[in-house]
Amino acid sequence: MHRLTSVEELEKVREKILKEKSTIKTCITICLGTGCHAYDSQTVYETLQNEIAAHNLEEEIELKPTGCHGFCEQGPIIVLYPGEICYCRVKPENVKDIIEMTVLENKIIEDLLYEDPVSGNKFEKESEIPFYKDQNRLILGKNSSINPQNINDYLAEGGYRSLAKVLTGMAPEQVIDKIKKANLRGRGGGGFPAGVKWETTRNAPEKKKYVIVNADEGDPGAYMDRSLLEGNPHLILEGLAIGAYAIGADEGFVYVRQEYPLALENLSTAIGQAEKLGLLGENILGTGFNFKVKIKRGAGAFVSGESSALVSAIEGKVGEPRPKHINTAVSGIYGKPSNLNNVETWANVPVIIEKGVDWYSGIGNENNKGTKIFSLVGKINNTGLVEVPMGTPLRKIIYELGGGIPGGKKFKAVQTGGPSGGCLPESHLDAPVDFDHLKDLGSMMGSGGMIVMDEDNCMVDVAKYFMHFLKDESCGKCVSCREGTKKMYEILEAITEGKGKEEDLLLLEEIAWVTTNASLCALGGTAANPVLSTLKYFRDEYEAHIKEKRCPAKVCKALITYVIDQEKCTGCGLCQTLCPEKAIEGEKEAPMTIDAQKCSRCGICLEACRFEAINVTS
Amino acid sequence: MKEKELDTIINKYGADPSEIMGMLLDIQEKEKYLPKKDLQHLSVKLGLPLTRIYQIATFYEALSLKPLGHNQIHVCTGTACHVRGAAGILNKLEERLGIKPGEVTSDLNFGLKTVNCVGACALGPVVVVNGEYHGEMTALKADRMLKRLMKN
Amino acid sequence: MLPANNNIKDMRVKMITLWINDKQYQAAEGQSVLQVALDNGIEIPHLCYHESLSSQGSCRLCLVEVTKGSKTIMTTSCTYPAMEGIKVQTDTLEIKKARRLVMELLLPLAPDAPKIKALASELGVTEPRLGPEPENDNCIKCGLCVRACDELVGAHAITFAGRGVARTVEPPYDEEAENCIGCGTCVQVCPTECIVMEDQGMERRIDKWKRTLKLKACKNCGRPFITFAEIDFMQTKAKNPPPEEWFDYCPDCR
Repeated sequence: MHRLTSVEELEKVREKILKEKSTIKTCITICLGTGCHAYDSQTVYETLQNEIAAHNLEEEIELKPTGCHGFCEQGPIIVLYPGEICYCRVKPENVKDIIEMTVLENKIIEDLLYEDPVSGNKFEKESEIPFYKDQNRLILGKNSSINPQNINDYLAEGGYRSLAKVLTGMAPEQVIDKIKKANLRGRGGGGFPAGVKWETTRNAPEKKKYVIVNADEGDPGAYMDRSLLEGNPHLILEGLAIGAYAIGADEGFVYVRQEYPLALENLSTAIGQAEKLGLLGENILGTGFNFKVKIKRGAGAFVSGESSALVSAIEGKVGEPRPKHINTAVSGIYGKPSNLNNVETWANVPVIIEKGVDWYSGIGNENNKGTKIFSLVGKINNTGLVEVPMGTPLRKIIYELGGGIPGGKKFKAVQTGGPSGGCLPESHLDAPVDFDHLKDLGSMMGSGGMIVMDEDNCMVDVAKYFMHFLKDESCGKCVSCREGTKKMYEILEAITEGKGKEEDLLLLEEIAWVTTNASLCALGGTAANPVLSTLKYFRDEYEAHIKEKRCPAKVCKALITYVIDQEKCTGCGLCQTLCPEKAIEGEKEAPMTIDAQKCSRCGICLEACRFEAINVTS
Repeated sequence: MKEKELDTIINKYGADPSEIMGMLLDIQEKEKYLPKKDLQHLSVKLGLPLTRIYQIATFYEALSLKPLGHNQIHVCTGTACHVRGAAGILNKLEERLGIKPGEVTSDLNFGLKTVNCVGACALGPVVVVNGEYHGEMTALKADRMLKRLMKN
Repeated sequence: MLPANNNIKDMRVKMITLWINDKQYQAAEGQSVLQVALDNGIEIPHLCYHESLSSQGSCRLCLVEVTKGSKTIMTTSCTYPAMEGIKVQTDTLEIKKARRLVMELLLPLAPDAPKIKALASELGVTEPRLGPEPENDNCIKCGLCVRACDELVGAHAITFAGRGVARTVEPPYDEEAENCIGCGTCVQVCPTECIVMEDQGMERRIDKWKRTLKLKACKNCGRPFITFAEIDFMQTKAKNPPPEEWFDYCPDCR
């Protein structure tokens, strides 16, 4: 395909692609995103290729590798069109049946359909599955119908139409006005209005300006941005190009974590294809607008996602924050105005341009428009990515989309906002999830991590976990963050080891206060949230550890003991053979006992016992 | 790395000092670590003080100044994996290998690392061995996996 | 990051008016609030600031409250530029509390440093709740030495390494600092006296940087007074290097 020099040419190409696709009888999509890949979807994909070839069906079946569909729990996922028949947990040995029965004879393979763990109902269509049914997949939706390595798929879905519309029919100020009216708020954490930021950068005096995609998604337990980059890179590039036009930038950067190899690969392929078609680069669509995009790789430093740190990293310096009293929107890369938004924010832009402000404003609540993607993980039946209108209550996300807590366990907390966020208890489950409500409750939206915890999770341990993360991920430049997170970790560690003192809680609160108020950047400013929110909502657990030397969730090793139920133990000796510490005593065929001195509380015996004879007490 | 190879990497980025990160990642990918003499060569070629390159090389998790173990074991300690018991698995591996995360066994056979999130939260707890994902891990499974690796 | 104060003074800059503790002051725009305060005799405790070096805001002791427009924030005065009309409070209850807690976090790092001990009691840390760090070497990681070596000397001998709690100041590979010329600037700027430079016979040692250098003796009095590495450095790096003979005599005998 040659470089497109006008919008008319773009539309002609689109028609041609659609015409070619119209002859295809069946389309089989298979998710090759990182989650499904880990379930070996690559082998399923190759087996499908071979099976289609063996039946000489290459002309009739389009086999389409796609990005993440979101329901990672059920991977590998394949969807057959027409009919939208969704098969879950597909194995290579199922492939022959799928082709011979479903494709050739229109028969559904019941065993491969999704079965609801609560009701036991089976679902044929992907969109009918409870996990998907109440979602509004404005941004993620096209992930399941696009081969991210093929720009034609994106064009077939109307791709780059918004860019064309903006370049030929709108002044930059009109674009900014639209984004402002749509009240698009930054999806990276703070929720700052994107349009206002764009305007600041546009109005900054320097002529040279930059736009940046922050794809340094570092929140542990969150992978929304990775899935978008992997599954629909052109959506982000199109949003970025629209932003660049509105702001007056001719150069853009995408800062991606090295740990996301597939995202890097798909993104650089996408940039190459878009440049070839003249949708990026010089004189885009013959309109005179120039915009080039470069990829910059990060290498695993949570703090480098902070805006001033990210700018430093792009300049080739160490990616640590600097004191900023002038925003990067005014003075960013090499002191030039630089507009930074995260992946999901940029992905919203083409949608707003395409569907219009009124339509977009109809989704969400008063001050929080549009949708938000969450990674719903942890102790939850349906793990995966969900996209819901902002303001959807936590309870709905966890119990309706997420299908509740597995194993009949009791819900304890949901952690939102990543390491800078907080843990919310049952009593706040009816809170609408948006930027403002979560902040009021002592947590935050963050980039969209949502980790569910049940009664078996110890909240002191969770706070300790986050402080461990943050003391290592702090850049270490300023005392209040570096030493504050370290000291909070040490105090929490002592508490979980049964060495906590009553005055520790006051000390914790004071260090949390100074870390919050005296630190240089937002990482330090929010670092104490996991401690403060657990102290606020789960203080009784702290007190049990300190006063009673007891871990109610039976997690903290120093405070628990493993014992063998003498009634239930059959003396089979399996645990005795497996115990790495040789802590299990007794003769075969008779109930055994555990030497608490030798026991390292690794839990191998509990896992191995077939008679439920091993108990944990605290 | 041979100087010629290194110069190819440097030239790929137009010898632009702001592209130092890309160069370091390329070297790391090829050599599996950052050899000292390569960094010294970079310092001369780019006109960047070695101190600056050293600071960057020690700042990022993915960069290493020491050769890595033959078998790379990465334990995901992302939040989703943590709440499903990643710490117990890590403890077990530390105990078995006699090393802490970030270290390599004295025979260079095993390197143990923690990673913050591999984005496979649905499979948690996840252990990545030589790039291959092992989901729904337990201490017992980890122990068995290690025994298999030791035999090979 | 604010440039060093001395560099700002050299430029012809706009003068602005700001308030510190409800009194009006004139200052060069872009100067740090801390420098303006110090120039006018207002005490603000600080450990990582030096007027000849860029400001980093590491030690967090120079915290002040700045009101700009309708917004008030707590921030470090060494990194906040003097701007027209801003109002600064240097000694509120909140500020005192923050400084005391910051000092409580700093003290365990340098429990034996005289300056830190004195400042701690001044700031009200009389009964520290956090014990000294095991294996502390009195370094508070303020980075004055690194900045002095980079910005004043230009030798680039030492650097920060690592991240978070593992952050240290060291020469590359924590081996002998090959670029160190033994000028002693780092020793002079260090607020905790944790860098020790010793001359023994014709050798100069800075153990913290694992560095040993040969000294040159004065042709007149015979006193060893400069390292050969420093002479070399000055002759190759200085803009107008002095003639070689200049280094034959010590400053006293020149």
